[in-house]
Amino acid sequence: MIRPSIKGQRLVALFLLGFLLLNYPLLHLFAGPVRVLGIPILYAYVFAVWALLIGLMALAVEKGDD
Amino acid sequence: MLTAPVILIASFAYLGLLFAIAYYGDKRADAGRSIIANPYIFALSLAVYCTSWTFYGSVGRAATSGIGFLPIYLGPTLMAALWWYVMLKIIRISKQNRITSIADFIASRYGKSQMLGGLVTIIAVVGIIPYIALQLKAISNTFSIILHVPEIAMVGKESPPLFLGDNTFYIAMLLAAFTILFGTRHLDATERHEGLVAAVAFESLVKLLAFCAVGLFVTFWLYDGFGDIFSRAAQVPELGALLTFGGAAGSYTTWASLTFLSMAAIMFLPRQWQVTVVENVDERHLTKAIWLFPLYLLAINVFVLPIALGGLMHFPSGTVDADTFVLTLPIAENAPWLALFAFIGGLSAATGMVIVETIALSTMVCNDLVMPVLLRMKGLRLTVRRDLSGLLLGIRRGAIVLILVLGYLYFYLAGEAYALVSIGLISFSAVAQFAPAIIGGIFWRGGTRIGAMGGLAAGFLVWVYTLLLPSFAKSGWLPIGFLSQGLFGIDLLKPQELFGLSGLDDIAHCLFWSMLANIGCYVAVSLAKRPSAAEHGQATVFVDALRQSGATAGPRLWRGSASVNDLLSLLGRFLGPERAQEAFESYARNRGARSLESLAADASLVHHAESLLAGAIGSASARVMVASVVAEEPLGLDEVMNIIDEASQVLAYSRQLEQKSRELEAASQELRDANQRLQELDRLKDDFISTVTHELRTPLTSIRAFSEILRDNPRLDDAQRAQFLGTVIKESERLTRLINQVLDLSKIESGNAEWHSSEIDMREVVDDAVAAVSQMFKENGVQLEVNVPRALPSIVADRDRLMQVMLNLLSNAAKFCKRPGGKVSIALARQDGFLRVDVTDNGIGISDSDQEMIFEKFRQVGDTLTNRPQGTGLGLPICRQIINHFGGRLWVQSRPGEGATFSFTLPFNPAQAQSLAA
Repeated sequence: MIRPSIKGQRLVALFLLGFLLLNYPLLHLFAGPVRVLGIPILYAYVFAVWALLIGLMALAVEKGDD
Repeated sequence: MLTAPVILIASFAYLGLLFAIAYYGDKRADAGRSIIANPYIFALSLAVYCTSWTFYGSVGRAATSGIGFLPIYLGPTLMAALWWYVMLKIIRISKQNRITSIADFIASRYGKSQMLGGLVTIIAVVGIIPYIALQLKAISNTFSIILHVPEIAMVGKESPPLFLGDNTFYIAMLLAAFTILFGTRHLDATERHEGLVAAVAFESLVKLLAFCAVGLFVTFWLYDGFGDIFSRAAQVPELGALLTFGGAAGSYTTWASLTFLSMAAIMFLPRQWQVTVVENVDERHLTKAIWLFPLYLLAINVFVLPIALGGLMHFPSGTVDADTFVLTLPIAENAPWLALFAFIGGLSAATGMVIVETIALSTMVCNDLVMPVLLRMKGLRLTVRRDLSGLLLGIRRGAIVLILVLGYLYFYLAGEAYALVSIGLISFSAVAQFAPAIIGGIFWRGGTRIGAMGGLAAGFLVWVYTLLLPSFAKSGWLPIGFLSQGLFGIDLLKPQELFGLSGLDDIAHCLFWSMLANIGCYVAVSLAKRPSAAEHGQATVFVDALRQSGATAGPRLWRGSASVNDLLSLLGRFLGPERAQEAFESYARNRGARSLESLAADASLVHHAESLLAGAIGSASARVMVASVVAEEPLGLDEVMNIIDEASQVLAYSRQLEQKSRELEAASQELRDANQRLQELDRLKDDFISTVTHELRTPLTSIRAFSEILRDNPRLDDAQRAQFLGTVIKESERLTRLINQVLDLSKIESGNAEWHSSEIDMREVVDDAVAAVSQMFKENGVQLEVNVPRALPSIVADRDRLMQVMLNLLSNAAKFCKRPGGKVSIALARQDGFLRVDVTDNGIGISDSDQEMIFEKFRQVGDTLTNRPQGTGLGLPICRQIINHFGGRLWVQSRPGEGATFSFTLPFNPAQAQSLAA
């Protein structure tokens, strides 16, 4: 049986992290017209955070210790 | 080339392929070898979330608001992280209670209320209709575009005639037929459609591949990668704004409200509920989907902005609808086959959504809206009809057609005024109204039926007023003054600036007011009145779902009588007699009953029947139907509370009992040991008594013998008479001594002896003892030597008792030492915090085997026949008892012929010992 556990708590922490990173005011820091390697910083930032979140969520779910 | 027949054939071939997959999936499921029972298929089926909105609409949204299309996918990603606590619980609850739709879930949570189920169904149907219209609009637009290849034809704004003159109507009916084929071929109590899920997962794969193909084509064929597209776009003044979070993407409020909306939508859209909760095979699939599903969303969104920018730069401003760039860019760049692939991808996205959504809605309409009404109409006599499964299927098919017709009507009335995403957001806002009742329902016991009703109704009305009606007004079907001047011209009632609240976009505005009304009513009304017994019971079942196992959920709160046959025939009417029979037989097997007849129609069976029925007609209707064949006694709140109290008391008692039985076991073990000791002691006592009587008889016999001689021979001479009398007296003394010692020993052993402990100096005791025995030693010619150190710590003991020990040891020594030339020595010494006293003689010694024996009662060493020792045989045992009592030890060291040393130790007075050590 799957029980609320350290995994669940890690996932909630990731939710909070993602919510912070992808909303005002932190999002505002990357809202300008700067480009990184030709890619707009806003676009790059949002997708990078998104990918990072998914990676961390995969880690949280798949990591063996419960 | 790409002609109309080719396109039509390709489209139908694709739909045929989907159907084949679904058919194969169902076959495999019937054979018990599911093809969808793995987390990847499950995650792909969740991607039914991505519809035409995602496939076409995101690009359109991106073309006007840059990354403003993204919150719709970031929300679900964030929400997925919370699934561990929220979705798992919902799935667990739904499986335990056989819940097959959102309406059923909410109705079941709040006391199996039919009213509530109906309300939720209405909200869901009305709320989802714009969303279905969106799909119809996308299919019909793209269809007419691809039919005109190689030109790029934009759909005219003039409306074709309603229904039969309109291609879109035929598309809607085609989808309805397809859905009916997919979803309502037979009735299943679990409402699971394995084949359908397989087809949807396949569609998800196709739309992802198609979209990425177009994305790669635009990014790397038309341009030189991401950097190139963005650099070029940055040089166009109008496009520069799309790359930042400026005015284009809307405010951060819009961003946050869209994130929130999509978080609710990913859980509470009927089709998401269907694939996530109802079609879920294994909870573990969900945990893997927590990251797999967001990964899908990420993948399908990477190319949205490049396609949008490419389209904007490629087509002159305003000539081509940005919602169609995915299709028109390949056409314009002369890649018709890619355009066809894109069209198929878009078709996948739209059909997947429509099929699953309408199936989910039709289940709700049938179970929670139509059946309850029909069952209430006594004139129809439904409750006595033999087989209702056909009727159920008919209702569902009708509902599917009706929903698509409504979708078509909305498309016809309001579809043209909005972009795809804006239509979809209207539906998202409606679905978000379920969030308080569901989330509150699974975490908060206090939510009540009327609270949920009030919240849902209030939120829904605000949604209708602030979002749905304005969409009609904008399309010209309501007077536009309704928008600009407010209802009845009252400024404060302007639907999109309610009570003067301006500065928010229409979605955020609706979200704020509807959530305020919804949550406000839900909480306030719930708190205003105590829940009923049924609500209380269900609240516990839902909130504590993760704590109880499936078997214990529910059946306890029931009291009444039923018959197995009644239940069976009731079930048979809705599921078909064979399925009902099968279900009961498998239940009987699980319960270990040999046949149906031997089943007891108890609470558990009634509960089982009800949950089977709930799968087919919804929990509220199932409740009513079961109640019709079962004589139930209603439970009052007090009784429910009593049952709960009893249960917890029983639990507490059983814990106490367990503890008691453990204690009892320990106690009985102690008793057994004690008994064993007692038996041993008893045996010892018997031995002792027989020995004592034997020892008593010897002196008595001689006293009696000499007394008889004296009586019978009066003429004995005086000397002889005196000798006999002396013997009698001596034996009497011996007898007295013996009795005294026996009494003494028994006192000591039983713990009744009196001890007068005081601080004493052992040297004084030795001196006194020597003084007392000196006369006797002198008489026997035994030399006594005393060896005492000058200073010794004191000990705590009974002086008289120690004296007794010393006298006993000394008299023994005198008795057994050499004659003549006897020599006895006393030595006092310190030894490891103890005082040690040795009494040594030079007598015959004691053999090893006898050394322990002499401390036993009545054991005397020596040949009793030839050399009868004097004494009672109790002296040494008494000495040993005394020394043991004061915490010391008494023992003997000896070798035959070399004398013996009796030694004993006694602890020093602890207080004094310490002060000496310091």
